[in-house]
Amino acid sequence: MYVAVKGGEAAIENAHRLLAADRRGDPSVPELSVAQIREQMSGAVDRVMTEGSLYDPDLAALALKQARGDQVEAIFLLRAYRTTLPRLAVSAPIETSRMSVHRRISSAFKDVPGGQLLGPTFDYTHRLLDFALLAQAGPMASPAVAGEASRRDLPQVMDLLQAEGLIAVETATKSAAPFDLTREPLTFPAARDARLQNLARADEGFLLALGYSTQRGYGRNHPFVGEIRSGTVSVEITPPELGFAIDIADILVTECQMVNQFAGSKTEKPTFTRGYGLAFGMAERKAMAMALVDRSLRAEELGEDVTAPAQDIEFVLSHSDNVEASGFVQHLKLPHHVDFQAELHLVRRMRAEVGATTAEPVIAEAAQ
Amino acid sequence: MTALLDGYNFAFLDEQTKRMIRRALLKAVAIPGYQVPFGSREMPLPYGWGTGGIQVTAAVIGLDDTLKVIDQGADDTTNAVSIRRFFQRMTGVRTTVKTREATLIQTRHRVPETPLREGQILIYQVPIPEPLRWLEPRETETRKMHALSEYGAMHVKLYEDISRHGQVSTAYDYPVLVNGRYLMRSSPIPKFDTPKIHMCAALQLFGAGREKRIFAVPPYTDVRPLDFEDHPFSVESWPTSCALCGSADSFLDEIVLDDQGGRMFVCSDTDYCADRRAAGHAGPATTPAEVTT
Amino acid sequence: MSVIERPLLAVENLSKAFGARPAVRDVSFSLWPGEVLGIVGESGSGKSTLLNCLAGRMQVDAGRIVYDTAAGAPIDLVTAAESARRHLMRTEWGFVQQNPRDGLRMDFSAGANIGERLMAIGDRNYAQLRSTAESWLSAVEMPLRRIDDLPRTFSGGMQQRLQIARNLVTRPRLVLMDEPTGGLDVSVQARLLDLIRRLVQQFQVSAIVVTHDLGVARLLAHRLMVMKDGMVVEEGLTDQVLDDPQHEYTQLLVSSVLSA
Repeated sequence: MYVAVKGGEAAIENAHRLLAADRRGDPSVPELSVAQIREQMSGAVDRVMTEGSLYDPDLAALALKQARGDQVEAIFLLRAYRTTLPRLAVSAPIETSRMSVHRRISSAFKDVPGGQLLGPTFDYTHRLLDFALLAQAGPMASPAVAGEASRRDLPQVMDLLQAEGLIAVETATKSAAPFDLTREPLTFPAARDARLQNLARADEGFLLALGYSTQRGYGRNHPFVGEIRSGTVSVEITPPELGFAIDIADILVTECQMVNQFAGSKTEKPTFTRGYGLAFGMAERKAMAMALVDRSLRAEELGEDVTAPAQDIEFVLSHSDNVEASGFVQHLKLPHHVDFQAELHLVRRMRAEVGATTAEPVIAEAAQ
Repeated sequence: MTALLDGYNFAFLDEQTKRMIRRALLKAVAIPGYQVPFGSREMPLPYGWGTGGIQVTAAVIGLDDTLKVIDQGADDTTNAVSIRRFFQRMTGVRTTVKTREATLIQTRHRVPETPLREGQILIYQVPIPEPLRWLEPRETETRKMHALSEYGAMHVKLYEDISRHGQVSTAYDYPVLVNGRYLMRSSPIPKFDTPKIHMCAALQLFGAGREKRIFAVPPYTDVRPLDFEDHPFSVESWPTSCALCGSADSFLDEIVLDDQGGRMFVCSDTDYCADRRAAGHAGPATTPAEVTT
Repeated sequence: MSVIERPLLAVENLSKAFGARPAVRDVSFSLWPGEVLGIVGESGSGKSTLLNCLAGRMQVDAGRIVYDTAAGAPIDLVTAAESARRHLMRTEWGFVQQNPRDGLRMDFSAGANIGERLMAIGDRNYAQLRSTAESWLSAVEMPLRRIDDLPRTFSGGMQQRLQIARNLVTRPRLVLMDEPTGGLDVSVQARLLDLIRRLVQQFQVSAIVVTHDLGVARLLAHRLMVMKDGMVVEEGLTDQVLDDPQHEYTQLLVSSVLSA
C-alpha cells in the first residue's frame, strides 16, 4: 500500500549526521586541526580563497575541513559566508611591482633585471612518491639560503617592453568605478574589468582546459610567459577620516603576465598584447590559465576572428563559475516528477495516437 | 520550531541587498513579464535549488507573514522542507501547509490547486528564465529579440510540434505572452497550471538566482499561452481521479506500486488533497487515515 | 514622365576593413526596381564582404546604404535603428546563402522553414501556414509530400530551392544571393538558375547576386559590377561587360572562362 512520502525533516537530519560521521572518518585517527590544514594543505587553501574570492587562510582551511576536502564545496561555503560580510572600505589596487617576491620567472628573456628566482616550485621535481612522508614526522626541510628567500622591488618585465613601446599600454579608466561582480549582474557585452573579475573567481579546471585549447589551435594567440611572480603585497586603504593610506594586511598572490602577438590593424602598428592573471596564494597554474583566457577573450576588441570557445566572452563567462555550475548540475537530483508526469502524459498520448493508426500494441495507461 | 540562528540578519540578506532586490521587483511588476537583471547573491543553498525564489522571499518577508513552501506541489518533499527550515531559522516567522492561510507561498514546479486570493504572493523558483534560450543560446541576441518582440521563432517550434506529433509537445514550462508584450517561460510548471497564471488575484514573482533575473506577473494580468487559431492551447486530463480524495480536476502524480505495471494516481497538491479528505471526500484506493501516517 | 523613379538601393562610398586589411574600398552603386545586379570577381575580391555589409551582417567602417522602403521612405541602413533594419530583413529583404545550412533551420521541417517569416509577422493559423507552404513548395518545384521532412534529407539543389521559397514567402522587394548555385553540379545548377530567373521575373524582385561564375552572372544579371581588391574596377550592362571588357582584370576573368 502506498504511503505518501512524509518525514522529510527527519531524513534530512539523519543525512546530515551521517555526513558528519563520514567527515570525521575513523575516530581512532587523530582529528585534523584547521591550523594543520592551513599550514600543510596550502595549495588547497589557496584555491579555495581564490575561487571563494575571500582572502582568509583560516576560514578557507575551516571550509576545507567542513567540506571534508571537497574543494568546490569549500569554495561554496566561503562564498556564502562572504556574501554576508559588510563592506567597510575599498582598498587601493595592489602594487605587484612592489611585491616582496618569493618566486619570479620570465620565459621570454634569458635573464631579466633582478634575475630569475625559482623559489618554492614543483617545477623540476621528479614526480616520484616520497615514501619518507609516510612516516608520521617527516624530516624538517633545511631552510633556504639566506638572501635567496625573497626580494623586493624587482622591475616588471612587462614595463621593460612597455618602455620600448612594444606592448600596448593599459591604463585604468578613471571615469567610472570598476564593475563589481559581487554586486551587479554580469551583462553582455562584458568589459575587461568584469571579465577579469569573473576569471579570477572561475573554476581552475575550466580555465585550464580553455587555456590549453588555445595552445592547441582553438583560438591560438602565440603566448609567452612575460613574467610570473609570487609573493606578498600590502593592501592599503585610505580612511576618509585620516586622508592618507594605511597598510592593513599583507597578502600572498601570484601574478602572471602573458605576452601575445598581435598583427596590428589599420590604425595600429604590430605590437605585443597582454593577457593577465592573478590569484591568491601560490597558484601559478590558475594565474597562467587565467592569463591565456583573458587574452583570448580580447579577440573581439582587437579585431581578431572569434571562432573558438575560449574567445567567446558569453560562453566562457556564463559557464566559468563552479558554484553556479555545481548547483545547477546537481539540482537534477531534486524531484522533477511533476514535469516528468506531464511528459509521460504527452508521450503516452502521442503513442496512443500512433498506435491507433498503426495498430501497434500500446502499454495500458493506468492500472485500475 | 527550529531555533533562530544568531549572527545573521533577519531573512539572511542584509537590508541593503533586500532593498536592491525590492527595487528589481518593483521594476518587474511595472513591466510584466520583462526579465530584470539583479545582483543575485551567493546563498547558503546551492544555485539551481531555489536561490532565486529564496532571495525574493527574503526580500519581501516580514514578521507578520505566514510562509508556505512547496516543491512538486507538496510541503513535505525534501527541498521544500529544507527551504522552509531555512526561513524558520533565519526569520522565525509562522509557517503553514495551508494554502489559504499563507501570505507568501514559495513554489517549485506547481501552482496550488486552491485558487489564490488578493494579498497573497506566489514566489516561483526559476531555473532558466529565458523562453528563447533553446532557440538562441546568446543572451545578447535574446535580449534584442525581446526588445523588438521578435517571437516568430517560438511559433516555428509549435508549428513543428503540430506537424510532427499532431499537437504541441511542450508539456511543461509552456511559453506565454504576458500583458500582450513579453514572452515568458512559465517557470517550469506543467501546462496544466499555465491557465492559473492568467488573471490571478495574487501577485506572482519569479526569481532566477543563478541566471540573476527577476520577473513578475501583477494581479489580474492577461497571460496567454502561445498557440494557433486552429490548434488552441489545451491542458492535460487524467482518465482517473485521485485515489485518495477522488478529485477529478487536480494535477495527479503517478505512483508506481510494483514492477507488474501496478500504479495509482494521487493529487500532487498535498494540502488540497488533505483538505478534500478532511471534508469527507474519498478516492477509490484507500481511506484517508492510511496516508496521513 | 510625372513619376521620378528612385533607385531601390543606393550605396555610397562603402568601406570595410579587417584589421589592417581593407576588404571593401569606397564602393558606390545603385540598384533600380526590378533590376538584377551581378557582382563578380575572384575569391578575396571583397564581393561577399560587400554583400554581408549590405545585409547588416557586418558593420561597415564608412559609407551609406540608402534603401527606399515599401512605405516610400528612404532609410540609411548604416545609421538606422537595429529594430528597423531587422524588421526589413525579415519582410522586404531576403538573403539566400551559398550554403543552405546557413540559411535554413536544419532541424525544422521544410514547412516550418517556409512558414517562419510568416509567423514572425503574425500569421497564427496552422492550416493556412501549411497551405501557403505547399503552394511555395510547388512554386520551387518540390514535391508536396516532402513538407514535413527535414532539410538534411534533401539534396543540395532541393535545399537551395527551399531556401529560396523561405525567403520569397513574404514577397520581398530585394533579395541578396551569395553564390546561390555554388557547390551544385552542372545539371542541377542549370535547373536552379532557370527557376531563379523565372521567380525573379514573376514576382518582380530586385536582386544582387554575388558569384565567381561568369556563366551564372550572364544568365541572371541585367548589369554587372567587377570587383578586385575591394574595389569596383568595371561596371555596365552584363553583355557589354562580358563581350567587350574594358578593364584588363575583367579581360583576364573573361578569357580564363573562355579558355576553361
